[in-house]
Amino acid sequence: MSIKVENVRKQFGDFVALDDVSLEVRDGSLTALLGPSGSGKSTLLRVIAGLEEPDDGRVLISGADMTRVAVQNRNVGFCFQHYAAFKHMTVRDNVAFGLQIRKRPKQEIKDRVHELLELVQLEGWIDRYPSQLSGGQRQRMALARALAVEPKVLLLDEPFGALDARVRMELRQWLRRLHDEVHVTTIFVTHDQEEAMDVAEQIVVMNDGAIEQAGSPTDLYDHPETEFVMSFVGTANRIGSLLVRPHDVQLSHLRTDSADEAMIDRIVHLGFEVRIEMTLADGNPLIAQLTRAQVEELELADGQIVYVLPSRARVFDGNGSSPRTEELTLA
Amino acid sequence: MAVSSTDAGTKNIVQGGRLARYGLRTVALTYLSLLLLIPVALVFYKAFEEGFSVAWEAVSTPEAQHAIYLTVLMVVIAVPINTVFGIACAIVLVRHNFRGKALLNAAIDMPFAISPVVIGLSLVLLYSTRDGWFGQDLAAAGIEVIFTPVGMVLATMFVSLPFVVREVVPVLQEIGDDQEQAASTLGAGRWQTFWRITLPSIRWGVTYGVILATARALGEFGAVSVVSGRISGSTETLPLYLRKLFDTFDVAGAYAAAVVLALLALVVLFAMNFIQRRDRAILAGPSVATEPGALVPHLDVPDGKENR
Repeated sequence: MSIKVENVRKQFGDFVALDDVSLEVRDGSLTALLGPSGSGKSTLLRVIAGLEEPDDGRVLISGADMTRVAVQNRNVGFCFQHYAAFKHMTVRDNVAFGLQIRKRPKQEIKDRVHELLELVQLEGWIDRYPSQLSGGQRQRMALARALAVEPKVLLLDEPFGALDARVRMELRQWLRRLHDEVHVTTIFVTHDQEEAMDVAEQIVVMNDGAIEQAGSPTDLYDHPETEFVMSFVGTANRIGSLLVRPHDVQLSHLRTDSADEAMIDRIVHLGFEVRIEMTLADGNPLIAQLTRAQVEELELADGQIVYVLPSRARVFDGNGSSPRTEELTLA
Repeated sequence: MAVSSTDAGTKNIVQGGRLARYGLRTVALTYLSLLLLIPVALVFYKAFEEGFSVAWEAVSTPEAQHAIYLTVLMVVIAVPINTVFGIACAIVLVRHNFRGKALLNAAIDMPFAISPVVIGLSLVLLYSTRDGWFGQDLAAAGIEVIFTPVGMVLATMFVSLPFVVREVVPVLQEIGDDQEQAASTLGAGRWQTFWRITLPSIRWGVTYGVILATARALGEFGAVSVVSGRISGSTETLPLYLRKLFDTFDVAGAYAAAVVLALLALVVLFAMNFIQRRDRAILAGPSVATEPGALVPHLDVPDGKENR
């Protein structure tokens, strides 16, 4: 089911959480709401779910206006960062909850619970209580619980935020595969750009209660429309008025007029890649990403002065009403 | 030799710690014994000093039977009402935001702060058939409050009001509203969410609040004494009856009545404890993964941290 958000505003006291936000999500897609904390991404998700009522604007799910429909009647699946597991119920009862509320026949509930626990790989844990599960297992149980009622859309609020790095990676891939299997329109909130790039088909970057840019991961990375998007999705260096990706920074020992001077602070070896941390003449930090071979060829070392030439850079003219983006290809 | 001297030093510290620990335990136990255990034990001893039959006779007179009946009646009416009210009030205090919330919060603690005798007097002021604020109107409608069990129930409710609220509020704060929100996204309405999620989550708090409220209702003397008029065989609860026996030098009878009162409280305490234990046993379930090839549950997220 497609989701459409039209001109939504939401204010908490003096704080504007959502400022005239409009968004469209395609049927069956997997979308990430990406932004720093306080950017309004969670609020937007909660407005779509009906957990928060917008001050203004509309929410449409597959064309139907849901703005004034109570959360319990919207039929959305929602997963919370801290799982919100029903602690006094077994895994079975947690997953069956929505079906029991809907008064489905006992046999149907039983079959559906088994089917879902198989899907989230928790068949062996059916009689356990949430306190006996690990964080990752609890979140998978919460997903099964949300999917049990065959929701029109699945909304995940920082679903992996409370998990350790390894489990997080596993669950990301698992969510991707799950989405390929169930095809339910999914939106998840994250502040981790890597997670968003890894999982989502479409990324919506939010900042200060507004959407900065929406697009595919490569689109956002290669054609950022604002300075914020460029520096939030991936890393960006500032060299004067230019913004440069670390892999577009070229280093040389030759002084030229157009090159900037920088001092190497630290060389970090990350396997095949090497990260060079430098300080520019104007005091700004600069990070370059080179291959091992390049570093060996240049014989780089801590404390050296090098000359910087970006191979590709962007200029943002953020003051006008329509920010101008330019791609420069330098020699 | 340096090694052995360090050893001795560590030992001294350990011994010092042990000394402090035992010292603290001794102080705590002595304090408890002197103030609680010895007096209560003495009551039991005194009650049965002249034999079980003497004690039994003292509490099986019609007067005593009626006092026991009336005390149980107070509890059976006041505690359930205060439990329902207490849960509702706690939810309002924790989950809602409104003007005057601080005032309501403070008002709930009033029965703790005000002397029970004052509470009794205030009820007389309101309901007295002679000069109470709405006593005369109620009397005209055939309802008498003062010097009847009705007033006594009111007094008991007043003094036992805060317990359930005060026990449930912190539990509600602790569990947060994530689970309730999750239930609503799954299609549960307010009532369904309350019965299936909120109430089961706060049951420890409710249980403990009920125990405390019951104990208070059972033992209430001051407020009930003022509004009851202490009419033998009619408006005399067990604590009032006990006091009368004591005043009329029927010491053996007084101790026997005291034992009955203590036993009533103990029954409630044990009943609640039993329910709690059974509930915990169910919740705990099998503790280790047993199915072949299953992952051992890694409890990497402790329960308490789960809620914001």
